[in-house]
Amino acid sequence: MNKIVEKEYFSDQVVKLVIEAPYIAKSRKAGHFVIVRLSEKGERIPLTIAEADVERGTITIIVQKVGVSSIKLYNLEVNDSINDMVGPLGHHTHIEKVGTILASGGGVGVAPLLPIVEAMKNAGNKVISVLAARQKNLIILEEQIRQHSDEVVIMTDDGSYGKKGLITDGMEEVIKREKIDQVVTVGPAIMMKFVAILTKKYKIPTLASLNTIMVDGTGMCGACRVSVGGKTKFVCVDGPEFDAHEVDFDEMLLRLNSYRQVEVDAYERFLNKYRKV
Amino acid sequence: MKGIGLLEYLKKERSQEWRVELRSNFKTKERTQLERLDMPEREPDERNKNFTEVNLGLTEEQAIHEARRCIDCPNPTCITGCPVGINIPKFIKKIEAGEFLDAARVLKETNALPAVCGRVCPQEVQCEQVCYYPQKMKKPAVAIGNLERFAADYERDSGKISVPDITAYNGIKVASVGSGPAGLAFAGDMAKMGYDVTVYEALHEIGGVLKYGIPEFRLPNEIVDVEIDILKKMGVKFINNFIVGKTATIDDLTKEGFTAFMIGSGAGLPNFMNIPGENFIGIYSSNEYLTRINLMKAAYPDYDTPVISGNSVAVIGGGNTAMDSVRTAKRLGAERAMIIYRRSIEEMPARDEEIKHAMEEGIEFLNLNNPIEYYGDENGRVRQMKVQKMELGEPDNSGRRRPVPVEGSEYTIDVDTVVVSVGVSPNPLIPQSMSELEVSSWGTINVDKETMQSSIPDLFAGGDIVRGGATVILAMGDGRKAAASMDRHIKQKVRNVISLIKEFKTIGEILDFAQ
Repeated sequence: MNKIVEKEYFSDQVVKLVIEAPYIAKSRKAGHFVIVRLSEKGERIPLTIAEADVERGTITIIVQKVGVSSIKLYNLEVNDSINDMVGPLGHHTHIEKVGTILASGGGVGVAPLLPIVEAMKNAGNKVISVLAARQKNLIILEEQIRQHSDEVVIMTDDGSYGKKGLITDGMEEVIKREKIDQVVTVGPAIMMKFVAILTKKYKIPTLASLNTIMVDGTGMCGACRVSVGGKTKFVCVDGPEFDAHEVDFDEMLLRLNSYRQVEVDAYERFLNKYRKV
Repeated sequence: MKGIGLLEYLKKERSQEWRVELRSNFKTKERTQLERLDMPEREPDERNKNFTEVNLGLTEEQAIHEARRCIDCPNPTCITGCPVGINIPKFIKKIEAGEFLDAARVLKETNALPAVCGRVCPQEVQCEQVCYYPQKMKKPAVAIGNLERFAADYERDSGKISVPDITAYNGIKVASVGSGPAGLAFAGDMAKMGYDVTVYEALHEIGGVLKYGIPEFRLPNEIVDVEIDILKKMGVKFINNFIVGKTATIDDLTKEGFTAFMIGSGAGLPNFMNIPGENFIGIYSSNEYLTRINLMKAAYPDYDTPVISGNSVAVIGGGNTAMDSVRTAKRLGAERAMIIYRRSIEEMPARDEEIKHAMEEGIEFLNLNNPIEYYGDENGRVRQMKVQKMELGEPDNSGRRRPVPVEGSEYTIDVDTVVVSVGVSPNPLIPQSMSELEVSSWGTINVDKETMQSSIPDLFAGGDIVRGGATVILAMGDGRKAAASMDRHIKQKVRNVISLIKEFKTIGEILDFAQ
């Protein structure tokens, strides 16, 4: 059981949860994720670790409401507990000084991007971060990203904050302006697909952190498989970061929708139950 | 007990009064004329619609009848066929004598999971294969497995479950990495020898493959839980949601006071065939398919985990896991549940009982067929598979005849779910976390086959992480071996320290050493 010790609403869609997990707090590095199972009958879902506090023995996760499990997570309060949490999982990000890093994060993808930005900056890189969301209230962790970035560009679809446009628009402006040695991108699969297309055009090495469907998260089931350079890889044990130019994002997008209908139905049932209460 | 010691022990046991008397009750000829009893089972048409256990177990009368068949040989070869060395004639004679609880106690002297083994062990290629009946009389073996299950079930149902005796607690902390059969067997033996045992498990449930892999209709989870409870009563601690090598490393745990470790982390990486279209939605590894259903209970509407189990399900492979998967698909309502296997039925690695049960339940067997490509629809869902017919050629390294494709024999089958069950590879998490640990090119941990000790002296390993994909009972045998040699290893270390201390001349030197 892992207790929630702090909760902060970023918007009516996104919440930050600080959760007791002393071992994970100590062992985790940038890029790692955890698997949680909320309750006895819950499913196992992967969530990336945004921050950790070794002293307090806590990790921070950011959750956006998308389906039944994430809504249940969103609704948890301080002192509630998560039934099961295991990690840290996956390979941590390879951090080295390469020069100038362009870090791009979309939506709640900014949460897993934060520790990478921090580590890249600490390794002596110049870090330019581009954050994007549909609208102003969905831009998260801006202050924390600013602390570890030399420059931050904000993009919103509706222009309600920062510049109006897609994340790739903001990135291309930077790429045209100065030499970028490496791009790191975390966000929705469709966003990362277009980031990969952009950076391939400019021949900039690009790492994408993938978030796929998982069950055990330890390599046992293969639910998370993706095609990278024509070969099947497991995101949980081979990733979660891969060369974005080699990832088959179209296949990944289809696989992410494996349970689309089931999820819609489950969501309906959940809402009905909720309304009755 | 090894070699001569074991034989003498068995002889002594056999000459005990009660055994002599029991033997004299019937002439050997009277015993050998009795027919082997079949395991009672539920009707195929009823059982293939739900997950209730297929085998019903022997009644008391049936068990005594079957136990009477055992002639209590002076040289019981059956024991040599048991990876965990159960005193088979003794427990069987206890059943014949009607002392069912004692029979269970005998089992538990060497086997931490008798109710599990009585259900899933391939006895027909182990103890029962080397039984006197098939060896000397060409008759069906004494049903040792069915009797084992009977005794274990009887004890559980009696509510008088015995907890094995524990020698004096020695306070030495040891850990098992993994709570599957290797880890549980190891934990049981170490606890009996007085060690302070902790078992770490990556998943939320204790039991490893016994929980996520083997379906309820073959091994109900509650049976596994009862055996785990006994280990808890023996003082074994279980920690779930903990991945050794990730949550904390072996080094971290050593600093927490653990003296030695047994790695039984299993063969947790499913193999795929790497043919076109294999990543279409609806194509699962058997690990994923079975985990969703057995561990996550996807078939129950009040559980959140989903599974796609369609009307036309193809399971690729011919092992026990393939049989488990295809019988599960049938139970989830598939009209066509098919086994697609590239060799003939004779070469199938699955147990005969599993193949027989599958056939009775209406599973189609497409032997000498091999998938070569999958086709999906615009949503990426699998809809069809292209299959090629095979014929058997010359024997290969495994001694089985090699399947050879028949040119121009390709055809398609409509499918909406595919389960790929073509073996597993060792889980890389532990080897990845320890660069100095020697592994084979397959990724299995290299160990001394006698002691199960790895290239790191305080680290032992057993089960599929060493074997690459075997059976529950072989993993348990490894766990027991690892326990025995770890005990010797630790005691030697203690002796070394004592002799070192003896050489010190002053208390000050001892204190310096201790620091």
